Amino acid sequence: MFAAENGLKGDPRLQAISDAIRVVPHFPKQGIMFQDITTLLLDHKAFKDTVDIFVDRYRDMDISVVAGVEARGFMFGPSIALAIGAKFVPLRKPKKLPGEVIAEAYELEYGSDCLEMHVGAVKQGERAIVIDDLVATGGTLSAAIRLLERVGAHVVECACVIGLREAKGQCRLNGKPLYILVEPREVDGCY
Amino acid sequence: MFQDITTLLLDPKAFKDTVDLFVERYKGKDISVVAGIEARGFIFGPPIALEIGAKFVPLRKPKKLPGKVISEEYVLEYGRDCLEMHVGAVEPGERALVVDDLIATGGTLCAAMKLLERVGADVVECACVIELPDLKGRERLNGKPLYVLVESH
Repeated sequence: MFAAENGLKGDPRLQAISDAIRVVPHFPKQGIMFQDITTLLLDHKAFKDTVDIFVDRYRDMDISVVAGVEARGFMFGPSIALAIGAKFVPLRKPKKLPGEVIAEAYELEYGSDCLEMHVGAVKQGERAIVIDDLVATGGTLSAAIRLLERVGAHVVECACVIGLREAKGQCRLNGKPLYILVEPREVDGCY
Repeated sequence: MFQDITTLLLDPKAFKDTVDLFVERYKGKDISVVAGIEARGFIFGPPIALEIGAKFVPLRKPKKLPGKVISEEYVLEYGRDCLEMHVGAVEPGERALVVDDLIATGGTLCAAMKLLERVGADVVECACVIELPDLKGRERLNGKPLYVLVESH
């Protein structure tokens, strides 16, 4: 669900967050309008507002795990975790985590990739959210959900700054709710 | 002997204390840029940046940043690697910190500092959670100060 349709209708912070994201055409390949959140991170107020919106939502939901998807999920997840008193669990590409891991494969447009989580990081019954900067097909988030569920955690929601309108409610997310702040923009006037 | 900070992140109090120690040191020092080194620098850098009112600038492996970048090569034990920063992210004269989880030989931190200095920023300090002092990384920072929380021998 989009934040604007879920309690934040007309919230000026959302427009500022959207405006702070830069669109880079044809990256990494022709036809893709890449939503670059690095410009959001340069805007202290907009970055803080992004984190605050997620914190306000999850603060009282008894969440003990914030799982962030490498690498841009690392830029948002830890601040949220710190503010709500949860642990931060990095979900990483293969061979980065040093300890014993469980791995979950997922489909790419061409081929497949893999997400890993440390064994023992998350305990059975813990309430978790998954964070990433953007959701497109939902493949990566689905893999993240499966990792957490395999160790018995309860994934309460997936949270992304940017989401395609088609991404919400897709069954590829295993029926888990998605909370999204803004939609992608097509073109960029400013940069 | 790999220093695994992921267990620190599982301890909300210890993780918060880590960030608070850096924030106490850098708040009110007119620092406008916190540059974090991919990927573990992305875990510590943003919370610090948010608390001290600075922007966060990710320094990334090649081909990850979508816009125009500047690159700095550095030497590894075997071979080379490269760190990139977006053009325009940092302005001349800005006061900057570089943040990473750990300093070993100092090669990556040195490349990070060079990127910032190339665009005219003033690197005030490098900040890491852990130092491996036996690898003498401190000496590779061209006289820039290093602040660490713990040492590991």
